[in-house]
Amino acid sequence: MQFWIIQGLNSLSLGGLLFLLSSGFSLIFGLMRLANLTHGAFFMLGTYFGAVAMRDYSGLDLWLTAIGAGIIVAALGGLFERLVLTRLKTNPLGQVLVTLGMAFIISDACLVLWGGDSIPVPTPHNLQAPTRMFGFVFPTYRLVLVGIAVAAAIALHILIDRTRLGAMIRAGVDDRQMARAVGIPVSRLFTIVFCLGAGIAGAAGVLGGPILSAYPGLDADMLPLALIVVILGGIGSLFGAFVGSFIIGFIYTFGTALFPELAYIILFLPMIFVIAFRPQGLFGRVSA
Amino acid sequence: MKWIGGALIAAALLLPPFVAGDFYINLASQIFIAAIFAMSLNLLVGFGGMTSLGHASYLGVAAYLAALLTTRYGFDHGAAAALSILGTVAMAAFFGVIALRASGLGFLMITLALSQVLWGLAYRMSGITNGDNGITGMTRPEPFGISLESPVAFYWFSLTVTVIAFVLMAVFVSSSFGSSLKGVRDQPRRMAALGFNPWMIRWITFVYAGFWGAVSGLLYVYYNKYIHPTSLSTTSSAEALLGVIAGGSGTLAGPAVGAALVLLLKNYASAYIERWNMLLGLVFLFIVLVMPTGIVPGVQKLTSRFRGRSS
Amino acid sequence: MNAASPDLALEVTALNKAFGGLKVTQGVSLAVRPGERRLIIGPNGAGKTTLFNQISGDLRPNSGQIKLFGEDVTTLAPHRRAHRGLSRTYQIITLFAGDTLEHNVTLGLLGLLPSRWQMWRPLASYRHLAEEARRTLDSVGLLHLAGHPVSELAYGEKRRVELAMALSQKPRVLLLDEPLAGLSDGERKTVKALIASISKEVTVVMIEHDMDTALDLAETVTLLNYGRVIVDGERDQVIADERTREVYLGA
Repeated sequence: MQFWIIQGLNSLSLGGLLFLLSSGFSLIFGLMRLANLTHGAFFMLGTYFGAVAMRDYSGLDLWLTAIGAGIIVAALGGLFERLVLTRLKTNPLGQVLVTLGMAFIISDACLVLWGGDSIPVPTPHNLQAPTRMFGFVFPTYRLVLVGIAVAAAIALHILIDRTRLGAMIRAGVDDRQMARAVGIPVSRLFTIVFCLGAGIAGAAGVLGGPILSAYPGLDADMLPLALIVVILGGIGSLFGAFVGSFIIGFIYTFGTALFPELAYIILFLPMIFVIAFRPQGLFGRVSA
Repeated sequence: MKWIGGALIAAALLLPPFVAGDFYINLASQIFIAAIFAMSLNLLVGFGGMTSLGHASYLGVAAYLAALLTTRYGFDHGAAAALSILGTVAMAAFFGVIALRASGLGFLMITLALSQVLWGLAYRMSGITNGDNGITGMTRPEPFGISLESPVAFYWFSLTVTVIAFVLMAVFVSSSFGSSLKGVRDQPRRMAALGFNPWMIRWITFVYAGFWGAVSGLLYVYYNKYIHPTSLSTTSSAEALLGVIAGGSGTLAGPAVGAALVLLLKNYASAYIERWNMLLGLVFLFIVLVMPTGIVPGVQKLTSRFRGRSS
Repeated sequence: MNAASPDLALEVTALNKAFGGLKVTQGVSLAVRPGERRLIIGPNGAGKTTLFNQISGDLRPNSGQIKLFGEDVTTLAPHRRAHRGLSRTYQIITLFAGDTLEHNVTLGLLGLLPSRWQMWRPLASYRHLAEEARRTLDSVGLLHLAGHPVSELAYGEKRRVELAMALSQKPRVLLLDEPLAGLSDGERKTVKALIASISKEVTVVMIEHDMDTALDLAETVTLLNYGRVIVDGERDQVIADERTREVYLGA
């Protein structure tokens, strides 16, 4: 029984991380019609920042580091968007290719700067002791991670549904031309959303550090998961990203625990199913 | 004029075994393999208007199948080659049905996700694929009893396959089907209104591109006598895509030239720089930002601007 | 019109289409006899092109039925409708700009032929197709431009090529979406003469936004507004109808 509980919690925490990762991806795709292949690298950059910072400066707080990493990655993302992506407005394929190129550059840069060994990220001291609930033992940090993901989901939901910025984003997702025509500063919106997505991914990277560690190839492990979540949950739908993240979290965790060699095929199946019967994803508003 | 060009190309292709050293002959063989791979991808990208980031799937799976069938299950090369191609084409047919539920970026994402799944499988299913160690001990076939061990022999072999591939692909794109493919790329709605079946045309092309991807995979594993999960990586697919863009997706031969350039760059750069991926990424940025239609038109533009300034 | 009549060329019954909350087609019914010249008019946004898109299969209606010579084609893919004798032109030019006129028309002819699946013979080697293409171009007076890329043509000439391509497939029902839009006076006369000369074996259904230009080509007229059929009948009756004036003056 303890096994199932642990796997269940692992699924939830992975799902939470995936949500943090793919919410940004989904927003960027929904608004900018851009499949941001750099997204996995943004996450990994955050993980490396967190791991290296906390290794070199003992006593750094995980939460502050996450925020700091988020800001740095957001800034990098913003530079990239302004300097490179805006020049390719008329070349959507080109945009995707440069995000791929950027992913390669970032992942190799991490290798050059911090070497090929994996660097762990320590769990915060006050969360290291396990929690006892209902007679079972839970790793506290993972519980907290789920809480953070839910909080982020609520915050994003409020942002998108209840603020002026969110209204502009929704308008842009629905009809970019129209949004421009009614005076919404679409270019600036693009930069904001890209920074937001990148920043969340970077912060999530730090938060995922205690579970995943920073290692070369983390980006290549995370990006396809984000892709599958978005394909499954639907593009431009935060709720779809939320649901999809937890579905994938469960499938991946239980799949790896029960059938380690076939975990990837098991991930594969719901994606195929959804594409076959509902190509716009479970909750998508924009058709892929 | 065309005769001179043709003669030069023929000379460039026929001379190396007689004048060049083993290193360059091997490099040339690798170029042929990359050329077939890139040309097959361009059937999708340039002629079909479908950009895929998962083409390495076909190269990798064919290579793995051939390696497994010969080294582990004792099949002879002829049967192994036939089965590998059949298996890979069947997979392409299946993947095509999935990927073609979307178009544009959705298609791209699905092909990427599918190939990443295969890459992950290659690492994880170490019982079958040997994981990170790859599969070693592959031998080269002996068509008609001729050994392909020497670099020169393999050069002639890969050159022959490349020429055959080029001719068959050229026939394909100039046929009525090929014209309908280009039509579907440019005006899918009108083509449907005229009686063409856009989905079927795209799917058949997808499978055909997968076939030639599989062929390049066989050559790849014969050349290296070894296969590793990196052959299924996004980097592998991206290199082919870069070759297509750099060489120009508008012609059949352009991607072959582009693939050659990418391979040469990779080879020479790795002597000075350790991190190929970073260089690849930078080249991607450069090409897309500065020369999006390919190196040849890009260079022409730059030189005419240069000439304009100095005159 | 007898709804069960099997000798209607095109029969649309209670067609409905909505995009989210926006109803673009509401209970539209049409009955077009073989050889008829039907004009569909209505102000911008009346849903004329959306109606065409449902008839040609580019759009799936939410409910209702579409019959081509008695055969239910409501859920048939567009290319299959082409094989059942339906042909259409588009409001915007959708020709292959970089290719020659001859190639464009040849491709059009290929659409209904089994040889469109052929993967080893070059298209250029189909002599009889090329001849037929040239004959088609000749019939619209554009043979002299056969080897020129479409991009070099004037707008009116492009419209004639589109028309020629649609006709070359020998359709039973031809849908023309604003064939006269954007043409100069001279070009308009030429295209109108072309449309007028179409054989009676082809049923022609035409959309025009500007009532006056196409009226003399029509036998019957259907007036659409807000996705609904307002008036439907013989041309002169529809012109004289109160409601027609309301729609156009009120707009």
